[in-house]
Amino acid sequence: MTDNILEVRDLVKHFPVKVGVLFKRTVGHVRAVDGVSFDLRRGETLGVVGESGCGKSTLAQVLMRLEPPTGGSAKFEGRDMFAMKGPELRKLRRDIQIVLQDPYTSLNPRMTVGDIIGEPFEIHPEVAPKGSRAKKVRELLDVVGLNPEHINRYPHQFSGGQRQRIGIARALALRPKVIVCDEPVSALDVSIQAQVMNLLGDLQSEFGLSYVFIAHDLSVVRHLSDRVAVMYLGKVVEIGTEQEIYEHPTHPYTQALLSAVPVPDPELRGQRQIIRLEGDVPSPVDPPSGCRFRTRCWKAQDICAEEEPALITRVAAHPSACHFAEEKSVVP
Amino acid sequence: MSANTEQSIMDSEGAEPVPGAPLLEVKDLFVEFRTRDGVSKVLNGVSYHVEAGETLAVLGESGSGKSVTAQTIMGILDMPPGHIMGGSIKFHGEELLKASDKRRREVRGSGIAMIFQDALSALNPVFTVGFQIEEQLRLRKGMSRKDARARAIELLDLVKIPGAKRRVRQYPHEFSGGMRQRAMIAMSLALDPEMLIADEPTTALDVTVQAQIMDLLKELQVERNMGMILITHDLGVVAEVADRIAVMYAGRIVEQSDALSLYRKPGHPYTKGLLESLPRLDQRGQELMTIKGLPPSLLKIPTGCPFHPRCPMVQDVCKTDVPPQHRLMPGRMSACHFAEELISE
Repeated sequence: MTDNILEVRDLVKHFPVKVGVLFKRTVGHVRAVDGVSFDLRRGETLGVVGESGCGKSTLAQVLMRLEPPTGGSAKFEGRDMFAMKGPELRKLRRDIQIVLQDPYTSLNPRMTVGDIIGEPFEIHPEVAPKGSRAKKVRELLDVVGLNPEHINRYPHQFSGGQRQRIGIARALALRPKVIVCDEPVSALDVSIQAQVMNLLGDLQSEFGLSYVFIAHDLSVVRHLSDRVAVMYLGKVVEIGTEQEIYEHPTHPYTQALLSAVPVPDPELRGQRQIIRLEGDVPSPVDPPSGCRFRTRCWKAQDICAEEEPALITRVAAHPSACHFAEEKSVVP
Repeated sequence: MSANTEQSIMDSEGAEPVPGAPLLEVKDLFVEFRTRDGVSKVLNGVSYHVEAGETLAVLGESGSGKSVTAQTIMGILDMPPGHIMGGSIKFHGEELLKASDKRRREVRGSGIAMIFQDALSALNPVFTVGFQIEEQLRLRKGMSRKDARARAIELLDLVKIPGAKRRVRQYPHEFSGGMRQRAMIAMSLALDPEMLIADEPTTALDVTVQAQIMDLLKELQVERNMGMILITHDLGVVAEVADRIAVMYAGRIVEQSDALSLYRKPGHPYTKGLLESLPRLDQRGQELMTIKGLPPSLLKIPTGCPFHPRCPMVQDVCKTDVPPQHRLMPGRMSACHFAEELISE
C-alpha cells in the first residue's frame, strides 16, 4: 500500500455546457474524464496515451487541483487530495508539479529565467531562504543542462528545447515527489525531443521522481513508461505494464492505435497489418451507450451497446475494458 | 482571396511542355529573408526533382527551409521579406521564376496545388466549404454555379466525406480536424493538378486519422498519377509513403536517396543522428542517442559544413570547406566529406 504515491479512484470531471446570455441554462455536460482509476507507484512512470479529446489533459488539471473534480477520489501518500486545505494543501502543491506542453506560452515573456524558476520560492519561502535563491536557481539551470550564466535572459532568447528545460527546472524547484508531464516533448523537433526525454529519464533516477506522463505519441510513451494507461473518451480502456500494452494489447482500440503508428522502416511497408478505424471520435457531450468505442469497433455486437464493459482482467494478465478482449500482437 | 477581384482567368494554353523534362525540377535555389536583425539565408542551393506518379519526401526540422522551398515553387512566398537570389524552378521544362504573374496563376491550382498543415487557418471561416471549392471552378473553369456545386459534391465524395450533399453547405468550424484536411484535399484537386505539394498534412492530426488521410493521399496519387512532394518531419510517415527522400538542414539538401537505402544505411551523419534519436514503438530503449546542440541560426550559418558543430565525425576540413554533393550511387547523394566512409562502415 505504501508503495503507491497516488491512488486515483473513479475520478470524474464534467464541464457544463451552457446556453443563453443572461440566464445561462445548462443543457448538457462534456464528460471529459468519466470514471478513471489508477495507481502511481513511487519512482515509476505511468504513461497516459490517447487521442485529442480523450480527457488526458483534463486528468492532469484535476490531479494538479487546478480544476475541482465532479466525483471520485484521489489519495496522495494515503491522504485524500481533494479534502486537503490550508497548510496541508500548500504542502501538496509543493509535492505535485506540472510540465506543460507548449514552451512558448507557458513561460511569461516579461520575466527573466531567474524570476521564472525562482518564483516558486516566493510562494514557498520555506524551501529556499531569500539569500540562497539565486544560487538555487543556478543549480537548477545546471541540473537541466542550461548555462547558469543565462539566469538574466528572457524566454525569447532560448530555443524551444531550451524553453522546455526551463519549464522542467521550474517544476523541479520545490523538490516535488510527483511531476505531471502534459505532452512535454510534442512541440519539439526530433533531435531536441530525444535530448529532453533523456533529461526526464536522468532526473527521475537522480531525484526519485514519479511521473504521470501524458502524450499522444505512442513511441515516446513506451520509451519512458513503466506502465501505460490507454484512454478513450474519458475512460481508461486498458492498463498494464509497458510490455503488456505494447506486446499483448487486448482492447481493439489499443490495437488500432498501435497499428496506426507509422514505423520508421520502409522494409516493413505493406507487410504490417494496419487496422483502419472509420470516422472520428464521438462527442464527449453525448458519448455512445454501453462501450464508448463501439461506434468505431469492428467487433461490436448488441451487448456492446447495452452493457458497459468493466475494466477488469479478462484474457490477459492486465485489465481491459472490452467484452471481446483478445490478445493480438500488432507491433512488428 | 485575390482571385475575387481579378477578372476571371480561363484555362489557356500554357507553354509547350519540353519532352523528356521532369515534371518539376528545382535547381540551385537561393532565398534569403532580409529582416531587421540581418540577412537570414533560408535556402542555400536547393535542388530536387519530382516525376509524375512519384512521391518525394522532404524531411527536415523546423527552420530547415522545407516549407520555404514549397512556397517558392508555388509562388506564394512573402516578398519582402523574402528575396529569390538565384536558381530555377522548371515545371514540364518551363521556367516558372521567369514566367508572368498571369502564367503563374494558371499553373497554380491546375498545374501544382498545395495543401497545408493547419486546415482550420487555411480555410476561410466565413464561407461555406462548398463555396470555397466552387470559387476556383467558377473563376478558372468558367463553370456555372449549379455545375460547380455538383462538382464540389463529387469532390467531397472523392475524399470520402460522408453526406457530401449536406456537408457542402457547412462552414469549416462544423468539420472535425480530419474532415477539414479532407476538404482541403478536395479543394486542391478541383482543377486536376499534375503535382501536389503536401506541407505537413497530418502533423496536427491524431494517429488513427493520420492513417486515414495518408491512405487517401496515396490512393488519389496513384489514381491520378500525380507527382507529390510530402513535406514532413515525421520519419515514420516518410518510411510508409516516400519513393525518394531529400533531407534538409540549414537551407541545404544534405542527403538525397531512395527510401530503402536511406533507412538501411544513412549517408549523412545528420540523417544517421535523426534515425538514432527516434524512440521506437517496438522496444523500450534505455538512453536515446541524441544530436548534440541546436540547429544553427540562419542569420549566422557556420562556415564549411553547416552541420559541423553538431557532428560526431567532424574533422578540420569540415570547418573550412563546404562539402560538395557526393554521388554515392545512381540516385543517391550526400553533402558530407566522409559520405563514402559512412556508407561503407
